[in-house]
Amino acid sequence: MNFKAMTALAGALAISAVGAANADPDDDTLVINEEIEMVTKTAAPEHMEYIDEIMSGWHFRSDETQALEMDDFDNPGMLGVESAIEAWDTVEGSAGKACSDCHGALEDEQMVGVRAVYPKWNENAGEVWTLETTINACRTDRMGAEAWKYDGADMTNMNALLSSISRGMPVNVAIDGPARETWEKGKELYYTRTGQLELSCANCHEDNYGNMIRADHLSQGQINGFPAYRLKNAKLNSVHARFKGCVRDTRAETFSPGSPEFVALELYVASRGNGLSVEGPSVRN
Amino acid sequence: MKRAFSAAVAAFILATPATAEPVAPGDVVYEDGAVAASLTGAAGNPEEGAKVISTKSIGNCVSCHEVSAMPDVPFQGNVGPSLDGVADRWSEAEIRGIVANAKMTYDGTIMPSFYKIEGFVRPGNGYTGKGIAAEEIAPLLTPQQIEDVVAYLVTLKEE
Ligand code: HEC
Ligand code: HEC
Repeated sequence: MNFKAMTALAGALAISAVGAANADPDDDTLVINEEIEMVTKTAAPEHMEYIDEIMSGWHFRSDETQALEMDDFDNPGMLGVESAIEAWDTVEGSAGKACSDCHGALEDEQMVGVRAVYPKWNENAGEVWTLETTINACRTDRMGAEAWKYDGADMTNMNALLSSISRGMPVNVAIDGPARETWEKGKELYYTRTGQLELSCANCHEDNYGNMIRADHLSQGQINGFPAYRLKNAKLNSVHARFKGCVRDTRAETFSPGSPEFVALELYVASRGNGLSVEGPSVRN
Repeated sequence: MKRAFSAAVAAFILATPATAEPVAPGDVVYEDGAVAASLTGAAGNPEEGAKVISTKSIGNCVSCHEVSAMPDVPFQGNVGPSLDGVADRWSEAEIRGIVANAKMTYDGTIMPSFYKIEGFVRPGNGYTGKGIAAEEIAPLLTPQQIEDVVAYLVTLKEE
């Protein structure tokens, strides 16, 4: 290729990048398996001060990436769900029990709707629990099995399974009562500018959603689609793994997955998506 | 003849005090956001500046700004304004101030402070996610890189 052709190509690339630069979230409609109708845009919950309309990250992805989520046969995240379906009925630990021994067969639908209300205040523990905390409590206290790594594959797959059976139901986490204090703490973290780049979650996902930061189309950073299968690392990603990556990108010292800070942040970010459909496992880039 | 010669020498000395230490981040004097004097005491190199602006591992300014004069740099962002014609809008001193610490010009801006080493919440060691001791924090750009960027930006004129 001669030099002139190369610069022409590079020019074309730049033009397409600039064209994409004004890409607002699109107006496509998400229906999964031609059956589950998803709410991906809706009025912001009352507590939101600076945003009127909340949107799923799905609207900020390319048509190709969006399509992967519209059919379970194309969604690579469903492989994780399948492996969790097996784990659901697998006996583990000293009590000789499987999840299904306490919670019934998946077809009994006892677990439908659970994903939508987590993180949630746990009365006995006197703190807010994520779905991960709850699953690990079942494993250690009721099954006598070992806890799963907080953001390991087993845990994230199980979370994807519980999410998949609640798809289409509105996210509805409670932020009043005893959960309020944790929620406030999460809100403070959301607006704190961290790291040497001094960026907060809000700087990118509230002030600049719809804009391009280099090749990335900034979304509202909603977590209704988690766990999310990312084409970039070809696996299901937990909410806290995503938080960790975003905080790291501000050149900051991150918090750990499962830390009280990330639990609080999860409750707060989840509440910013109250009203959007549970969408996990979603597909993102 | 003699007079002309010493004037030239004087001009040379003024322009490049070769032994001068660069101004440290804490010693930069901002006047309404602007920084009058070169941080190195010398003019920067615009070609190096273009590299700093467009390279992800250095300034990565294009992650937020478009620069039409760099058509071969893909995926320019639009979180900040286009830098086209920036030298029509700002003086060299103002541009230096914005690049060194934009928060002195725009209160609370999202633009990172490229020549600052303190006042951070949970600073990390680069992009490792691990912490860094306060005394080990280096500014995001060196004084030379700042001057190179300034030297490039003052060429961005449209009028
Ligand atoms: C420097 C900019 C930046 C900051 C600061 C930032 N993020 Fe992100 N975030 C991104 C980018 C880029 C993506 C990928 C594109 C997208 O979905 O927005 C992303 C994606 C996400 C996603 C995935 C959304 C989806 O639908 O897949 C979540 C959740 C998220 N961020 C939460 C956060 C939280 C919480 C914080 C603060 C702790 C934060 N981000 C801080 C840039 C940032
Ligand atoms: C994270 C985003 C971000 C990055 C990275 C960034 N900027 Fe900015 N910059 C902005 C924003 C936003 C503004 C506008 C000020 C405002 O509204 O807060 C701005 C303003 C400017 C201006 C004034 C522009 C005008 O036309 O008035 C200059 C010059 C500038 N930036 C140069 C740079 C340079 C050089 C770099 C890299 C060394 C850089 N910026 C990196 C976000 C950024």
